[in-house]
Order: sequence, then C-alpha cells, then structure tokens
Amino acid sequence: MELRSNPLYLSGAREMVAAVARRLGFSEEACGQIALAVDEALCNVIRHGYDRASDKPIWISLWPMSEAGDQADAGLTEAAGVECCRMASDVGVGAIQIVIEDEAKQVDPSVIKSRNLDEVRPGGLGVHIIRAVMDEVIYEHRVPLGMRLSMLKKRAASTTGASPSGVASGGCTIQCMNQAASGVANGSTSASTGAGSKGVARG
Amino acid sequence: MADRRNSTLTITSRNDGPATIITPVGDVDLTASPLLRQEIKRVQVTAPKRLIVDLGSVGYMDSSGLATLIEAMQLARKSGTRIVLCALTDRVRSIFEIARLDSVFNIAGNLEEARTK
Repeated sequence: MELRSNPLYLSGAREMVAAVARRLGFSEEACGQIALAVDEALCNVIRHGYDRASDKPIWISLWPMSEAGDQADAGLTEAAGVECCRMASDVGVGAIQIVIEDEAKQVDPSVIKSRNLDEVRPGGLGVHIIRAVMDEVIYEHRVPLGMRLSMLKKRAASTTGASPSGVASGGCTIQCMNQAASGVANGSTSASTGAGSKGVARG
Repeated sequence: MADRRNSTLTITSRNDGPATIITPVGDVDLTASPLLRQEIKRVQVTAPKRLIVDLGSVGYMDSSGLATLIEAMQLARKSGTRIVLCALTDRVRSIFEIARLDSVFNIAGNLEEARTK
C-alpha cells in the first residue's frame, strides 16, 4: 500500500493492518499492538523523516510468515486454492512481517534508540513502543534513498491453532503482499533472517 | 460547556463543582492530539482545582496522546491543579503500561472515583 505522509491516513493504515492481522489469526490484543507499532512508525516518518511534509510517499508492505520462518503466501494460496478458503492457522501462519519504507532523510540506524523511561517527559516514546510490542525490529538505509523499517510479530503460542478471531467457519484466509516499493522482498529477507534482539529502531 | 472536534476526535469540556471534566471521544492520534492539547491548555488557564480527563470513549491513543497528557500533568503541577485520568479502556491502558506511565498518572476507574482520587 502506498500512502502520502499525511496524518489523516493514519487511521486507515491502522485499520488495514489490524484487519489483516485479525484474519491471520492474531489475538485482538496483538492486532492492537501491531496497529500501534505501524502507527508509531508512520508518525516517525512523517514527523522526523519528512519534517511533517504531507505529500511524500510511504509504502507499507505486509505478508504472513510460516511457522518455519518462510513467507507463507504460497502455502496459503496452494492450500486454499482459488475457490476453497481455509483458516490461516490451518496452514501454519506463525508471524506477520511488516515493512515500512520512505524516501525521507537517512539516519544512522545505530543512533536510533529508545529513551530512558525514568525521565517523564513528552516525546521520544515511539521507538520504545515499537520495540516493546514487536518481536523483531530492524532499521536500515533504503537504496537509493530513504529508510526501511522491518518489523515482525509472532503469533503467541496460545493462539496458534485456534480459530482466528473474527473469522467464522468457512471464512477466508487472505493473502496480502504489496510490492509498491522496490526492494521490499529484500527487506523481508533481511528482517526474517537477521533480526532479533540486535535490531535497531528509529526515533 | 465547550465542544471541539476534528475528523477523528470530539472533545467536550464542562465544569463539575471544583473540577473541570474534559471528555475526548474518538482516537487520540497524531491528527487529533493538537486538538486535545489545545483544549487542555484552554481549561488549565482557569486553574481548576481538579482536572479530570475522561478517557472512557477513547478507543485508541498513540505516543502523541501520551505526550499531550504528560505536558498537561507538568503544567498542572506548576499551577496546583490535580489532574486525574479515568475510565481507560483496555487498549488505552495498555499503552500507558507499555510506556510505564500507569504509575505516573493518577488513574481512576470511573468518573465517580476521579472526583475524589
């Protein structure tokens, strides 16, 4: 999905991401957390990356990952077929991968850190929130310009195998992958294989 | 009684004895936080003894909303106003907990409790 760097679109972006996560079997709490992380990431791009310019591009890509850590789109499609739909949990969706890209000014990822929460002051909480609610977070430079944030949220073990919230029996799994931005697939690979606690988030 | 609104948030303010109650309804995100900030500052000029922010109808809040409330708390300390948040939904309470602000603010379960907390 491509959107402009206008805060008016934040609400729609949150709803879209939460809806996809819900269909992939994430709990309501996790859906809220995923939407929150995306919102905070978009806010950072708008406020810090683009200095609040409202007409700049931002790309959001998201897709399911299998429990084995592979992209789950193919498995979902093959298992479900065109006509027949199955639960996401039936084909082992283990996580959701979200990549947010922009053409904003580049920042050294190593200087992007969460602030000390003992200081009670306005601002600077976005990075902490993103890192707190997502399992893997990586910031990197995007070629030829801009930044790329790759985030992964795993489905909690307790929800794996359960019926996805809001998906009635016979409901459809969904496949959502948007390659509006070049290099998205590479971003996915690096996030899914090289992420973890060493990931760096942006402020 | 005052009423302010934008596309995602409507805010109502009213006097309630020695307190002023601000009731935002909707989402407090980057779009709406300036509106909430503006209204809280307008009310704080009158230096009420107690300022209650009823969050029971706020379905979503992000870090810009937290920043707005932290600013309000800091301003309230200077002016001697007691600020109390009340009726947080689970989703909103969650972001306070993530940011470890749930123990920083006075948070009441409901409006009645907020009048005395």
